[in-house]
This record gives sequence, structure tokens and C-alpha cells, in this order.
Amino acid sequence: MAKIVTDVVCPFCGTLCDDLEVALDDSGEKILEVYNACAIGATKFLHSQAEDRLTRPRMKQEDGSWKDVTYDEAVEYTAKMLVDAKKPLMYGWSSTSCSAQSIGSELGEEVGACMDNTATVCHGSTLIAVQDVGVPSATLGEIANRADRVVFWGCNPAHAHPRHMSRYSIFPRGFFTGKGSKSRKMVVVDPRKTDTAKMADIHLQLEQGRDYELLSAIRIAIRGEKLPETVAGIPAKTIKEVADTLKSGRFSVIFFGMGVTHSLGKNHNIDIAIAVTRDLNDYTKAAIIPMRGHYNVTGSGQVWGWQFGYPFCLDLSRGFPRYNPGDSSSNDLLIRDEVDAVFTLGSDPGAHFPVGSVKKIAQLPSVCIDPHITPTSAVSKLHVPVAFVGVEVGGCAYRMDNVPIETRKVVEPPEGMLTDEEFLAKVLDRVKKIKGVA
Amino acid sequence: MAKITLTATKTPELRLEAENISPDIFAGKSVAEIAQLHVFVGKESQKLGDYFEVAGESGSTAANTTIVINGDVSRVKYIGMKMTDGEVIINGDADMYVGAWMSGGKITANGSVDAFSGLGMTGGELTVKGNAGNYLGAAYRGDWRGMQGGIIRVSGNAGSDIGTFMRGGTIIIGGNVDVHVGTHMEGGTIIVKGDAKSRVGGQMVKGEIYVFGDIEVMMPGFQYRKDVDIEVDGTEGSFALYEGDIGERHGKKKGETIYGQLYMKY
Ligand code: SF4
Repeated sequence: MAKIVTDVVCPFCGTLCDDLEVALDDSGEKILEVYNACAIGATKFLHSQAEDRLTRPRMKQEDGSWKDVTYDEAVEYTAKMLVDAKKPLMYGWSSTSCSAQSIGSELGEEVGACMDNTATVCHGSTLIAVQDVGVPSATLGEIANRADRVVFWGCNPAHAHPRHMSRYSIFPRGFFTGKGSKSRKMVVVDPRKTDTAKMADIHLQLEQGRDYELLSAIRIAIRGEKLPETVAGIPAKTIKEVADTLKSGRFSVIFFGMGVTHSLGKNHNIDIAIAVTRDLNDYTKAAIIPMRGHYNVTGSGQVWGWQFGYPFCLDLSRGFPRYNPGDSSSNDLLIRDEVDAVFTLGSDPGAHFPVGSVKKIAQLPSVCIDPHITPTSAVSKLHVPVAFVGVEVGGCAYRMDNVPIETRKVVEPPEGMLTDEEFLAKVLDRVKKIKGVA
Repeated sequence: MAKITLTATKTPELRLEAENISPDIFAGKSVAEIAQLHVFVGKESQKLGDYFEVAGESGSTAANTTIVINGDVSRVKYIGMKMTDGEVIINGDADMYVGAWMSGGKITANGSVDAFSGLGMTGGELTVKGNAGNYLGAAYRGDWRGMQGGIIRVSGNAGSDIGTFMRGGTIIIGGNVDVHVGTHMEGGTIIVKGDAKSRVGGQMVKGEIYVFGDIEVMMPGFQYRKDVDIEVDGTEGSFALYEGDIGERHGKKKGETIYGQLYMKY
């Protein structure tokens, strides 16, 4: 009889589904199956069981081959690298728990690091816009129960957040949305005909890179002012229709993704989308929510927010927090030769950064903390595998709507493996000893 | 006017943070004292004298102190930051934040400057003979006050996001500019003698923008009002006046709604 663990939280994407069920074998050590999860979520659980999984740290040798080292040796190398560097970059922090992020902050402060999370290449621009103009938001629970006008702007949940529409935004029958998708009007804004766009009541297939102009046009339409014949390739009539649809709803929500946060204009696109949301609140209730990617990138912004006052792109080198994306952002730091060591935990810049940045990581002293073998671990000097957060150790994570959820431990990690938190604590301890402060 | 000459002797390995290079800080100090001032490389505090040869004499106040910088300072940040008076002459390219938050005095960069120069500036003159980077005269992150006074004159091109949240003062660009000019502008004047890309005056509330060349894509929120013959920075010409950004909130004066004004040269 397989043992079923219920109410498991999925540590993959920002939807943070909390209704998973995991079947274990009789010993309770092996995951047999994952129920309720989407394909990517289930794969994450099953991946932790891979036969060829690394269980010990390894150092890159002169000839490019890897040599196994102990965790103590890994701690020593990492601590020394961080203390010796004039300006180390500590990047990642999106696929780990809030308590690990918190110890990481303490470590970053101790060594005067530049700390950045994956928002720097996804929703960082959203955070800048929120800082500029504020944000009218809501929780996904409110959306499921109330939203009858749903906009997906520059995002494709059908592929990136597969259960978002079924759990929260389109299909659920909520308290005031009893007919599920029939009680909702769905608008998708995307230059491509994505699988999400195919489901929409209205698909605005705008010209690439003209989001700012189209959002501005919607504001003009909401105010009932005169519009040019077409904006961003969309006829004025259609823009008015969308504005009327949103105004006539009882609760409108705009979900947006990297199609607008990292296309032309970046933070300005979000700034004006927030302005549209604010304008709509003159007529009805409206909210806007970013489709955050990694399951705890939101938490990393929260933790740094309350510890340092800024959610990403932190420069702690001078002993006080400074923040200015464009200057203190990972890629700018790497490309402009501003950092002299790279520490990565809980994300994979090797796969997502421009090649110029990745080359810099390869040239500098570097450590990658990750349970998987990734492009980042491949270019780093030291690779430290750790336990899977949300599978082999619990910990708090923030959903994309800023709701904190405690993830669950389902199985034990392989014998003798450290968690992120344990590894960071050991490095912090060692750093304090080297600096003579403990 | 007393003159201090800084000659760069060494290229910093990372970038140098040198907010002490300012007439306000140099005034009343001897050459030896100036060489002792701190500069930062990451978390390491070093001496200005480690990177520059310091010569000449400083004045008794910022007002009568001129700083001339020779050699390569393209990796030196914060030159003239927060200066209130006096003069800085940079004979080459400089890194980010040149003249950021300056309130008086004069900076002349004979080369180019990088991003965030003239950030939140409230007075004084910043002249750039080369090009300027992004966020020229803009607001610091999260601040709603961009440039509020003074004048920035760039002979070459400028990057994106110039004059974001600008509330006063004048920015004159001799060449072309990238996207987002005067976003959220609430006052002041921006003159672009070359071409602009898209998003000129987006979410603009008040103030004036003049574009002599083309705007690749006009914001939908600007409406044509009339033609006017005016003189702009010494050039007389006919301009088409547009008002906007219609989608944004706008105040009223004597019952009339005030809009941002965008002039396009014929
Ligand atoms: S939608 Fe996201 S959180 Fe939910 S099961 Fe799939 S990957 Fe996991």
C-alpha cells in the first residue's frame, strides 16, 4: 500500500499550488507518483529521485575535470572567496525558502556583497514601477471568487503557469463567479497567437514593442477622449470595446508577464498598466498582479524588502544598502567588470543571462549552490549540491500575489546532504571566524 | 580662481566610487589632504592619491575652486556629485552619476558621460561635449522629483529615459535620443535637436518638449492644437503644437486644463 502525503505545496512556479498529493513507496523514501500537479511541477518532484543525482560538492580542476570535495572544503572555499573579493555578486535566491534567504542576507551584509535575485531578468521592472506609482492589487483567492474580467498581458499561463487558469483565474466557480469561465470575459494581449490567446474572448494581437502606446490608448478610451484610427496596429473601435468590457465588469484584473516586463520600455509598460488599473477603479473594482516565475522569487523580494528596504539589485558593499537597477543589477555589474567573484544559489543565470555575463562568471572565482547540474554549475569553479526545498525540506515561500505559504517536506534527502540553510549558516560562521568577528 | 589638477595614474580594476571629487570637498584643503580623501573600490576604502596625481591649489571656498581632470576616468563614478558651486572640467569620458543632485556650479565634460548623470539636479550647469547615457536628468528610483532646475546641454546623443519625472530646468540634446523622453514630466523644458524614437512625453502632466527632427511613433495621447512661429535655443522656426498626455491626470488653472506641450519642428 502506497503512502499518500496530502496538501503538498508545489515548489516550481509562482502559482504555488497547495493541493498536491504525493504517493510514496512502503519505506516512505521513494516518490512513486505526484497527483494534481501539472507536468512541470510533477517533474520537479520526480527529478529529486534521479539515480545519477549529485550528493557531494565538486571542484573544477585545472584540466576542466571535476573532483569530489567535502562540504567542509566547499564551505572554506566559499567563505574565503567572499571575504577576499572586493565586490562579490550573490545572485539567485528564487528557488529557496525565506529562512535561507534571510541567512543569505546576513552573509551578504557581512561580506559587503551585491545581492540580486532573478527579478533582475523578469519582474524587476515591475518592482521599479510599483515603487514609482504604487499598486492596486488583490489575492488570487479574491480573483477566483470575484473577477469577471481577466486580462493576460504578455504572458502565456497555458505553458508557464499551467494550473493558474484552472485554480484561480478563468475556470473556478467562485462565490460571485458561479458559472466559472462562463461568468468571465477573457482578454489576451500578445503579438503571438499563443495557446492562451486561442482561448480568449478578445485577442489584441498588437505590434511587437508597442505595449506602452496601446495601454495609453486604453486610458484615453476609458476617459472617452478621441483616439487615433489605430494604435499599435489595433483599430480604435477594438480598443474602445476592450475599455468598455473592462469598465463594465464587477471586478477586472490584469495579469502580466515577461512579454511586457522585458520588452521595449520595461518598467514604463508596467507603470502605465498600473495607471490603467487605477483609472478603472473610477468605474469598478480593478487589480493588477504580476505572473511571478520561480516559486519564491516573490519571497526573496519580501525578505530583502523588510531587511534592507529594497526588493532586488542590492549593493551592500559600502555597509549600507544602495539600490539602482542599471547600476547595481547583476548583468550590468558583470558586463561592466564591477564584481570580482560570483556566488549563485537557487537559480540558473548560466541558462538565462546574456552570453557576455556568463563568460564573466566563468572567468571569476565562482560557486554554484544547486541540486541540479545546470549551465551555471558547469561554468562555476565549485558546485555544491543541496537538498530540494519543498521536497526534502520545508520552508516558507511567497506566492505571486504575496501570500506566504509553508511548503512541506515529503521525503528525506540522500544521506549526509546539507540544505541551503545549513550550508549558508556554515559559510556565515566561517566568514565571521576569518574576519575575527565571532 | 584656484585650480586643482587631477591626473589619472592608474585604471581601477573594478569601478571607482569617487564622490569626493567635488569643489565643495576640495575647497580649503591642501594637495596632500586631497590625496588622502577616500575613494571606494567595492568594499575597500582607498585613497584618491592612489589613483590620481594631485597638483595645483584649491580655493578657500567651492565657488573659487576649479578641478581639472586629465587622463582616463571612464571607470570613475560620481564626479561632481552634490556639488553646490565652483567648476569641474573633465578632459575625457566619465562613468555614471556625473553631477547627480548638483545644485550649483559648472561641470564640463569634454568627452561622454554614462547613465544617471544630472540625476535629480536642482541647479547649475552640466555641459557634455560627447554623448550622454540613459536617465539623464531623471529621478532617482522611486523618487517623484527628477531634474528640478539648472541646465544640461549635450552636444551628441543621449540614451533612453531622459528627464523622467522632470519638474524644472532645461535639457538640450544636440543629437538624437532613445525611447522615453520626459515620462511623467511635471515641468521644465526638453529640447531635442535630432530625432526621437517612440514614447515622447508619455504620462506627461506639464512642461514643454521640442523635437527638431522626427518622432518615430507618436504617443496616442497627444492632440494637434495649432502651428506657432517661435525661437527655440537660438533657432527660429515653425512648430506644430501638440498637447497631452490626454490619458494622464491634469490640473486646472483659471478654469482651463493644463496639458504638457510637445512642439514638432516643420
Ligand atoms: S502550476 Fe506551477 S505551482 Fe502549480 S503544479 Fe504547475 S508548476 Fe507547480
